[in-house]
Amino acid sequence: MAYSDVPKDTAVADAEIGLGEVGDYVALLKPRVMSLVVFTAFVGMAIAPGGVNPVIVAAALLAIAVGAGAAGALNMWYDADIDRLMRRTAPRPIPAGRLAPGDALGFGLTLAIASVTFLGLAANWLAAGLLAFTIFFYVVVYTMWLKRLTPQNIVIGGAAGALPPVIGWAVVTGTVSIPSLVLFAIIFLWTPPHFWALSLYRSEDYAKAGVPMLPVVAGERRTKREIVIYSVVLTLFAAVVPPAIGMTTVAYGVIAGALGVLFVWLAWQVARMPEGDREMRPARRLFTYSMLYLFLLFAILLVEGGIGGWMSGSLA
Amino acid sequence: MTGMTLPESDGVRLTPAQLRRRRARSIAIALALAAFVAIFYVVTIAKIGGNIAHGGL
Repeated sequence: MAYSDVPKDTAVADAEIGLGEVGDYVALLKPRVMSLVVFTAFVGMAIAPGGVNPVIVAAALLAIAVGAGAAGALNMWYDADIDRLMRRTAPRPIPAGRLAPGDALGFGLTLAIASVTFLGLAANWLAAGLLAFTIFFYVVVYTMWLKRLTPQNIVIGGAAGALPPVIGWAVVTGTVSIPSLVLFAIIFLWTPPHFWALSLYRSEDYAKAGVPMLPVVAGERRTKREIVIYSVVLTLFAAVVPPAIGMTTVAYGVIAGALGVLFVWLAWQVARMPEGDREMRPARRLFTYSMLYLFLLFAILLVEGGIGGWMSGSLA
Repeated sequence: MTGMTLPESDGVRLTPAQLRRRRARSIAIALALAAFVAIFYVVTIAKIGGNIAHGGL
């Protein structure tokens, strides 16, 4: 990224000599995204059959968190040029001139290599390989390739965000099996309505930056329709499949169904928004609720899967 | 060269705020490295301990 057109002030000087705040490096890790990654990975570990030493669980979670953070840093390094054009992302450390792009790149690469190596040594190399693939998919496939190319960017790119529970499952079992793929599918189906709700009320930003999000390319109407379709499919899948394959009890299915009905209702409210509505409260509500929905769904899985599953006898 | 004075160094001069940030960053790196060593130690003990419990090293 070139800074030639940025006024020569203290902030730019800070970036040029690589003296950002510690907090700027923390911000590169996208802590909020990281927390969801850690939680879903933890659920993957908790519901997996078999026992693992809690120390290994903690170490694996740390490695997954750092790996996710590395992907975030590399994403911010590559996207700095478009981040500075959007209100939501302009205050990030690189576009704001507090960190040099090269520093973020070095930071991200170091953490990526360290986290994958550490997970391989602490847990197993299947889990490490999956973490490496997740980072690669997010940075190269999503950030560098799909994001600026197609409105399906977040649909396909959502695979990266859906992999952490699969990694968690692999940490405990050393395999990838059907229940972990069900968790993957839930997050994969959840991602489009979640991000399209956001992109509806941020579409001007995305248009300015030239990011072909669905509302920018196909319009609000099509986006709203897709949100409703994905919400219905997600609700049915998340409520029916886990109990149907014996992963959970029927009680889980009932609660997941109720949470899903609310999801679909909020999506329907988004679909009913008038075209001229710039405030888009229903879209903001759906975006917020979608995070709560996923958290609650995985929390129920955690409780049902029995937190004690891998805790009991794990020090043996 | 007698009688000539070299110009003052025009290298990067850090402001007090930049010095403070560099110090904070150095401390953060030191803490991260110390934590990394501690975690490696604990994980190694956990893995070796498990192997001993299962009858072999």
